[in-house]
Amino acid sequence: MYVAVKGGEAAIDNAHRLLAEVRRGDPAVPELTVAQIREQMALLVDRVMAEGSLNDPDLAALALKQARGDVVEAVFLVRAFRTTLPRFGASVPLDTGAMALRRRVSATFKDLPGGQVLGPTFDYTHRLVDFALAEDGAPETVAEAEPREDAAATPRVTDLLGRDGLIEPSPQDDGTPLPDITREPVDYPCDRATRLQALARGDEGFILALGYSTQRGYGRTHPFVGEIRVGTVEVEFVPEELGFPVPLGTVQVTECQMVNQFKGSRAVPPQFTRGYGLVFGQSERKAMAMALVDRALRAGELGEPLASPAQDQEFVLAHCDSLQATGFVEHLKLPHYVDFQAELELVRRLRAEFEAGREAAE
Amino acid sequence: MSEAYNFAYLDEGTKRMIRRALLKAVAVPGYQVPFASREMPMPYGWGTGGVQVTAAILGRSDVLKVIDQGADDTTNAVSIRRFFAKTAGVATTTRTTEASVIQTRHRIPETPLHEGQTLVYQVPIPEPLRFLEPRETETRQMHALAEYGLMHVKLYEDISRHGHIATTYAYPVEVAGRYVMDPSPTPKFDNPKMDDCPALQLFGAGRERRIYAVPPYTTVRSLDFEDHPFRVQTFTEPCALCAARGHYLDEVVTDDAGGRMYICSDTDACETRREDVR
Repeated sequence: MYVAVKGGEAAIDNAHRLLAEVRRGDPAVPELTVAQIREQMALLVDRVMAEGSLNDPDLAALALKQARGDVVEAVFLVRAFRTTLPRFGASVPLDTGAMALRRRVSATFKDLPGGQVLGPTFDYTHRLVDFALAEDGAPETVAEAEPREDAAATPRVTDLLGRDGLIEPSPQDDGTPLPDITREPVDYPCDRATRLQALARGDEGFILALGYSTQRGYGRTHPFVGEIRVGTVEVEFVPEELGFPVPLGTVQVTECQMVNQFKGSRAVPPQFTRGYGLVFGQSERKAMAMALVDRALRAGELGEPLASPAQDQEFVLAHCDSLQATGFVEHLKLPHYVDFQAELELVRRLRAEFEAGREAAE
Repeated sequence: MSEAYNFAYLDEGTKRMIRRALLKAVAVPGYQVPFASREMPMPYGWGTGGVQVTAAILGRSDVLKVIDQGADDTTNAVSIRRFFAKTAGVATTTRTTEASVIQTRHRIPETPLHEGQTLVYQVPIPEPLRFLEPRETETRQMHALAEYGLMHVKLYEDISRHGHIATTYAYPVEVAGRYVMDPSPTPKFDNPKMDDCPALQLFGAGRERRIYAVPPYTTVRSLDFEDHPFRVQTFTEPCALCAARGHYLDEVVTDDAGGRMYICSDTDACETRREDVR
């Protein structure tokens, strides 16, 4: 007689051993090192750090190796590690105006103090497969940057516009403690700081699609890229016992200031508003999409009609986390036979009643 | 036991935060208390809420039982039981009567629970009104005002359309005469077990960051109408293994020619009955 299969324990162990073997792949091919992933898959590492909310390239690279290159799985490993770390405080706000720039472009001004710095970008490459890369070889030597007189001072475009009152000012740090979505449950409706935290760790694909939707008329915001800057900034922390900021080190970040139209209201003259994006590493796509969605989510505050998904904070924030999304979608493969049995019983009963009703009618 | 992690995985600060939420939940039966759910080393949807609640209440002398679909041997039940055996080093059991803490997904054990036991439910969607009103800001207000008309309309529409209330699991209940609560996706067959239960019932929803509770000996009423009283599923067949009737059964497909057999969903209750016969 058939009896429901037992032996979950042995099956789990065996599956894990098989996974380890498959992860390694053909043993005749040299094993990837964590350093290779960190150096040569840097943008992937950046994405894992951004969505994992933890700035640690080596850990992100190791997670990618363990996850067989699955981004969401790697993010999961990083997050589950992060949640066990002690939290000793919050840093002083980053001064991205003092960033050591790797790249800086503005789409709103042809030239501006600090200049346009292309840096390492795919933007003007022709997407032709470079078959030479299949072989080992060193890249061409890079050109030296010409020193600029104004290179030391690279003010943010939004600060330049702000001087004339053409754009809303940056909100100032008023000392109120910031929320931490990893330590407090999100309470709707939530403030912009909470929303930006959720967007910064949100799934790149989801944020990208939402940002895109605002460009196609679902919550239009008339955006211009005021500025994108990529580079390293110093992180400072004020230890309680010292009372003054001490540098902890530097992190690489990508910042996007989106400049958006605003027609003004009875109380406020017409001026540009802004959407903001900031992510770990180099990820202009994510930073730009984040800035679009941030601006769309401010619709309520700016008195704009709320009609599109990207403007709906419960819709955006409750669904942007790749771990939550993948968990709930993939949990459908867990056993559901108890519930399915309940549904089977109901459908059978309803069908029997349907047949009985039809026979009675005949 | 693993040295690198704290007892039962979570750090004591996190446990304290969860216990505070649990105390509030017990004080306001059926009310969903927000809590700062952590990322756990298993995915959302795999029972992270239940695991966090269990981690927060587990003591060294506890005896833990974990079931999924009523069974102790389903892969996820095995995985969670092993997680706590490893991180807390507590004793585990498959016997409902021997367990002090029982974590469950989708079933309530058929063996009646007794005082001092705690049943921890894994909850996917804690909000019973979610599929009637997707917005948290709205549902929160509906609970505050005990405005549950929408739910009754839904149940009424079921009856007018199908002749029955077409909710077979996660069947909404009213707790202590106040809050409407989602019992987690247990079949409605199990709803009566929640009422006046001597054990403490705790519910954890990790992804949705909510905890709620039913204290011992609390009234839990399944929503219904006077002319359409609440009824549980019945099975015409007995269990093919223990031959008992009146229990919740799993349908097992035995061949591709329509062959079926029915066996108890609660493996411990089924085995106990078979041992008694021997």
